[in-house]
Amino acid sequence: MRVLRTLIIKELRQFRRNPFLPKLVVGFPLAIVLILPWIANMDVKGVSVGIVDADRSDVSRRITSHVEASEYLRLHDLYADYPSALADLEDGHIDAILEIPNGFGHSLHATPKRLSIWANGVNAMKASLGSQYLMQTVMKAFPTESAPTQPSFENSEIVNCELSIVNCELTSLKLLRSAEPASSLCSRSIATLSIVNYYNPTMDYKHFMIPALMIMLMVMVGGFLPALNLVSEKELGTIEQINVTPVSRLTFTLSKLIPFWVICLLELALCMTLALLVYGLPVAGSVGAIFLAALLFIIVMSSIGVIIANLSDTMQQTMFLMLFVVLSFILLSGLMTPVESMPLWAQHFTRLLPPTYMVEIMRAVYLRGTTVAELSGSYLALAAFALTFATLASFTYRKRG
Amino acid sequence: MENIISVRNLTKQFGAFRAVDNISFDVAQGEIFGFLGANGAGKTTAIRILCGLSRATSGTGSVAGCDIMTQSEDIKRNIGYMCQKFSLYEDLTVLENMELYGGIYGMHRKEILAKAEAMLTELEFWHHRHDLVRSIPAGWRQKLAFTVANLHAPKVIFLDEPTGGVDPLTRRQFWGMIRRAAAAGTTVFVTTHYMDEAALCDRVSIMVDGRIMALDTPEALISKYQVRTMDEVFRTLARNAVRNE
Amino acid sequence: MNRFAHFVKKESLHILRDVRTILVVIGIPIVLTLLFGFAISTDVNNINVAACAPHRTAAVRDAVSRVSHTPLFTFKGYVAPDEIDKVLRTGTAEAVMVFADDYDHLVAGTAEVAGCGVQLVLDGSNPNVAASASAYLMQTLSGVAAASPIDTHILYNPQMKSAYNFVPGILGMIFILVCAMMTSISIVREKELGSMEVLLVSPVKPLWIIAAKMIPYFALSCINLLSVLLIARYALGVPMTGSMGALLLISVIYIVLSLGFGLLVSTVTDKQMVALIISGMLLILPITMFSGMLFPTENLPLVLRPITYIVPARWYIDAMRKLMIEGLAFGDVLLELGILAAMTIGIIRVALMKFNDRLE
Repeated sequence: MRVLRTLIIKELRQFRRNPFLPKLVVGFPLAIVLILPWIANMDVKGVSVGIVDADRSDVSRRITSHVEASEYLRLHDLYADYPSALADLEDGHIDAILEIPNGFGHSLHATPKRLSIWANGVNAMKASLGSQYLMQTVMKAFPTESAPTQPSFENSEIVNCELSIVNCELTSLKLLRSAEPASSLCSRSIATLSIVNYYNPTMDYKHFMIPALMIMLMVMVGGFLPALNLVSEKELGTIEQINVTPVSRLTFTLSKLIPFWVICLLELALCMTLALLVYGLPVAGSVGAIFLAALLFIIVMSSIGVIIANLSDTMQQTMFLMLFVVLSFILLSGLMTPVESMPLWAQHFTRLLPPTYMVEIMRAVYLRGTTVAELSGSYLALAAFALTFATLASFTYRKRG
Repeated sequence: MENIISVRNLTKQFGAFRAVDNISFDVAQGEIFGFLGANGAGKTTAIRILCGLSRATSGTGSVAGCDIMTQSEDIKRNIGYMCQKFSLYEDLTVLENMELYGGIYGMHRKEILAKAEAMLTELEFWHHRHDLVRSIPAGWRQKLAFTVANLHAPKVIFLDEPTGGVDPLTRRQFWGMIRRAAAAGTTVFVTTHYMDEAALCDRVSIMVDGRIMALDTPEALISKYQVRTMDEVFRTLARNAVRNE
Repeated sequence: MNRFAHFVKKESLHILRDVRTILVVIGIPIVLTLLFGFAISTDVNNINVAACAPHRTAAVRDAVSRVSHTPLFTFKGYVAPDEIDKVLRTGTAEAVMVFADDYDHLVAGTAEVAGCGVQLVLDGSNPNVAASASAYLMQTLSGVAAASPIDTHILYNPQMKSAYNFVPGILGMIFILVCAMMTSISIVREKELGSMEVLLVSPVKPLWIIAAKMIPYFALSCINLLSVLLIARYALGVPMTGSMGALLLISVIYIVLSLGFGLLVSTVTDKQMVALIISGMLLILPITMFSGMLFPTENLPLVLRPITYIVPARWYIDAMRKLMIEGLAFGDVLLELGILAAMTIGIIRVALMKFNDRLE
């Protein structure tokens, strides 16, 4: 025990003298909570729209002002014709084009002409949600516009419906053209639909990302730094001197890990406090559940770090292997993109990656208040990973050649 | 006198390459034992086996009463080791390095401080105790590494080319330290390339191509080969070496 | 020149002998491209839905069967009213359709009081999933998917594969990794080991020594470029209808720029650890965060947006998207090309200045 303490004191002294590490360790949680959520933002807001208005009627002006007013859309410019708008889309100034054909406003009374939306599919997410938002906004412009002239629109349920989604109003437009009884039935049923969002009432994408970003902190501080630290002793040759002493491999490795574990948990607490103070995001579930998961996950990550450090001789190798592991972890675990969107084989594969469970736990506990009992499967999986990797880590360390 | 190191038929094989080839020798307690050999003769491999850093392919041996095959961790409790490459922590101070290595051997803080003060004062280095090792000149580093290796009063100290790249004056001082340690009863097992240093050992062995070709006191070897210096003894023996680095 | 060839040979041998590194350097880009291309997708293409209905009437069953027959939805069964929260909390479902008591009447228009027929209770923790779920559910429940007076066209990426979007980003990151990080570390290691001194006293000009170090990494990067492009074209089906000449030219410029970064980092420090941290923090992080590789740059808060203009990867990725996905011509990427070329010249000049300073 005293030996372990001596070694930990040594680690702390070295840590303090390191020109980069203390700054890194202080800066990291700040960046994670204060800067990254603003960047890791898949929120589709501010979709830039260009309108080709060949109609120049009251209707088209009304549509334009609705687009201008939408919180999701940003009106970039009005264009005289489609090619000039397309040129701007190609240059990336606008994400979508709304084309209002000549005579659209008048046609509403008879057979309506068709509007066109052209969305840039390079960013698939933006194209799909953006065109949905655009449709919805366009549709919002209709009811009050045409209600006085079109009896079919006097469907009060539709008009009053506060739905933010396009399709219910689509139904009403359909009524405009053909008054099928079936659609009337549908429109009624849908018009009386209400939507409740649980857990993230503000629909803030940042809230969704913050708990997951904290995992990146654990990956970096719990996995990356100890691995580099271990391999640097190897490269400098100082490990040779330690190897002739009676220090056991477990003690030596623990002395490297414990400081990072402590730092990591403290930083997690700091991150959680900052998230509450800055974004007003509290932990919906139990804080203990988060720390339990964090502890298990840190053990997994640092064991992986130790294994990689033990298998490589130089920092270059460690860095590359670690980077590869960390990248695949971050990209495949559902941290950035939903696991559900992956093809089935990839979804099965993510079950083999420890961070998948961690991402699940963090989001569930943090946002939805899920309990440990309800997540017992994920917790057990993490514990099993911790045990496996820790065992592997102790096997790969060889004191004697 | 009792033998503190005793080795019989020690062999280390790396694939087809036999780094250490069936060597046997004894070292008595308090002896300064010179372990000579050209580059690649197998000295470092042998030392690493004795220190428990490497496992012998075959043979038996004991260091400080512990078996080298089965009790390598017990050996480590009783030895000090100074490796060829300087390996104290450069980002720790002199005293912090001593606290670290003393602590590793289970010494109490007070005990370490008292010992460090005595040893560093003797070196006239006590006022530099808070200097970072990084900033200390090469000669001092070697003396310091020896002091750290000797801090926990080991029964045997292994020194692997301790005076490489050190100026003649510091080398003389360094050997003074070795003699004082030996006088205090510590066995010193030292490898070197300097034949004037070999002459300072109580006994020397000369390794060629993994085998021990000669083992005796320097005086006895000089008279046996009918030459004037250890240098000539070494050249006579090493001339037939097949391996080179 | 002969001497120079010798140096290049020496450096190439260094790399070629290190099989592990070679495998990693050539393998990682391929694996990353495949992973991104096949596994990772930002589209919402599966939503788990549960239903809560006091009476499983004909209308309710009809609605549920419409939902469960939509490929986008996976129907997770009926739940009791007090289980709604639990189903969402445990992540079993992302949405629960709560049918009203008099749903049948409401649908048939025979209800006495107009009221709410269906309530959608959504797990809003991922806003995008929630938004898509409510939109699609409503569409499905209303039974009017196709009838719309609006024609929607998705340009350039009609199947809306997010993979297309990632390929340029992967290239942008790989070149920085291989060129900047690997070269800086390999130069700094020679310094740390002292073998740089030996090279510097040789009659070869220092500049040539550095150039010789970089050429093998340049070659490796070209291999990476080709392998990623081939995978993108033939395995992922990225169109790549733009100007191939512009694509290759801008990639080579970007590779040279990355090498310049590597040289610059190596002049700043002589410790590998520091070189690693600098290239990790100053190069990798901005690329993943500020280049639009993963996250759209226009989502950045205004204060952070100017940063993207000084990140070379942003310009590279922009240009590559235009060339690979939108199929634009040489003339359309002149701005990006110009900026990258200017940055390259700037970086190399600074790096050389610093390099010469250190020698004096």
